[in-house]
Amino acid sequence: MEALEQIKSRIEAAVPGVKIEIVANGSPSQQHSLKIDNEHARDVAKFLRDDPVLRLDFCSNVTGVDWLDRTVKKTVKVKKLVDGEEKEVAETTEEKISGYLEAVYHLYSMTHKHGPVIIRMRTADRAEKACLPSLTPIWRSAEFQEREIFDLYGIRFDGHPDLRRILMWDEFEDHPMRKDYVQPDDFEWEPTPHDAVLARAKQHYAPRPQMDGAENIAAPQ
Amino acid sequence: MIATVETLEAMERPPVTMSSRLEGELLEVSMGPQHPSTHGVFRMNVALEGEVVRKLKPVFGYLHRNHEQIGEHTTYLGSMPYTDRLDYFCSMTNNWAYALSVEKLSGIEVPERAEYLRVILAELTRLQNHASLLGFLLSDMGAWGTPLMYAFREREKILDLFESLAGSRMMCDYMRFGGCRVDADDNWLAGTRKIADRFPKFLDEFDELILGNEIVMARTQNVGKLSADLAISAGITGPMLRACGVNYDVRKADGYGFYPRFKFRIPLGEHGDTYDRLMMRALEMRESVQILKQALAQIQPGPIVNPKVKIRAFRPPIGEAYGRIEAPKGELGFYLISDGGPNPYRYRVRPPSFINLTILEDMCLGHTVADVMVILGSVDIVMGEVDR
Repeated sequence: MEALEQIKSRIEAAVPGVKIEIVANGSPSQQHSLKIDNEHARDVAKFLRDDPVLRLDFCSNVTGVDWLDRTVKKTVKVKKLVDGEEKEVAETTEEKISGYLEAVYHLYSMTHKHGPVIIRMRTADRAEKACLPSLTPIWRSAEFQEREIFDLYGIRFDGHPDLRRILMWDEFEDHPMRKDYVQPDDFEWEPTPHDAVLARAKQHYAPRPQMDGAENIAAPQ
Repeated sequence: MIATVETLEAMERPPVTMSSRLEGELLEVSMGPQHPSTHGVFRMNVALEGEVVRKLKPVFGYLHRNHEQIGEHTTYLGSMPYTDRLDYFCSMTNNWAYALSVEKLSGIEVPERAEYLRVILAELTRLQNHASLLGFLLSDMGAWGTPLMYAFREREKILDLFESLAGSRMMCDYMRFGGCRVDADDNWLAGTRKIADRFPKFLDEFDELILGNEIVMARTQNVGKLSADLAISAGITGPMLRACGVNYDVRKADGYGFYPRFKFRIPLGEHGDTYDRLMMRALEMRESVQILKQALAQIQPGPIVNPKVKIRAFRPPIGEAYGRIEAPKGELGFYLISDGGPNPYRYRVRPPSFINLTILEDMCLGHTVADVMVILGSVDIVMGEVDR
């Protein structure tokens, strides 16, 4: 398979206006990936699938990653004049990166039996703008996997044919794979009026004395 | 009150009008989750016109325990026994896929004997998975008992081997990063050789019993057809993909482990129907026996674990890796992101049976309810892996 730089330059030639970045991977696996911008994502995906040299017709794995707000510390050695002498001084710079959600696609070719080419897309933030274009129209295998990301990470995929929760139940409200997810103390909380349980029950339910009078039940002395 | 014959006859019935006929009206039926043919707790919301399926939506998640988040809160090695519980029929291949991904992530080499042991165990897993799948499928079709018991008789022998090697029949927890947990002695290898030699005899018997059976052919041929284009686009892998005639096997495409050292063929189907999917399993078992025989002939004494790997306080370098193997049900992958800590930042399982369910509706449309169970049976799902 051709090198990632070459794939990048060929995509840039085929899809005008696209912004692509190579995300380096420092581990021995050497699986570097392409970060593509959300506007042109579907065109890029279509190019990767239909290009006769690449023919990445098999989208193996689609998954989400949650990145919280973080600060990256970088230490660079800079040559500086200290007391008239040139010395190497370590300078630490701090970069603040605001949190985002990421969708990662692992692509292979069944025709040419090569791969993987990894593409990733990032949302603008982790709340209102957690939207990405769906690649299900390009690769059908993304259908359930994007639904799973929507369910567990809360990324909304525009253009997905059937975006519903898939593993959690429909009434569930949070996204359990997020890094800041906190489990409820009990998923199936049913209050019964006893001592400490009664006190906890009051936190969970708004009082409704006109209905059952539960508020008037006192703990036994 | 018990209705007697007289009272029933005397009951006034509403007059039959045109609007009360079922033609052109859809009946919604919820099949499962408690249904003996759904292979666990799996539900399908089906819209029927008479007996013909017009719409089908799979519903799952009943066994969801957020395996991936548990993996993110556990050390790398701590997840190893937990991978057994994904596809509980094939714990050996689950272990291998996970070990392979971690080895890619941290650049660990595996000694020769361990690679041979891995191949032997993976092929034994494939044998017992395919044999029992055929038994289950026949059971779904109404052939109660006999074929399943024949298949389980053979499966028990292989599970006995697993038990004598790993200490457990199904939850093996056998692979380690850079090798295997315990070595196989000569007795164990001799026992495996015996099973590899005798297995083709069982396959002959099974073929005669099932594959030429008239009822099996009538129930499965031209049922649940899947085109090669749709299969590729939908990411279908494993025997289901090869039944459509697509020559793609991760053992050949990636050549992981020592698979390039063995001679074996990839069986391919022509029609992509349920019968072809059934045949794929029967033929793949014969190829697995061939791989087993070669591996057992080539295996040499030696170390089974890479001594450089630190088992305690294992911390891979910062980065990510995606590793995949050909599990009996399809391509099983693990995607790991390491932030340099003792547990993975992101731990993702690419479950083959979950993704193979994507096209369940496409395969079932236009067939009768009775065929839905046969088609679902031929997908080969395990809910422990689908729901995770």
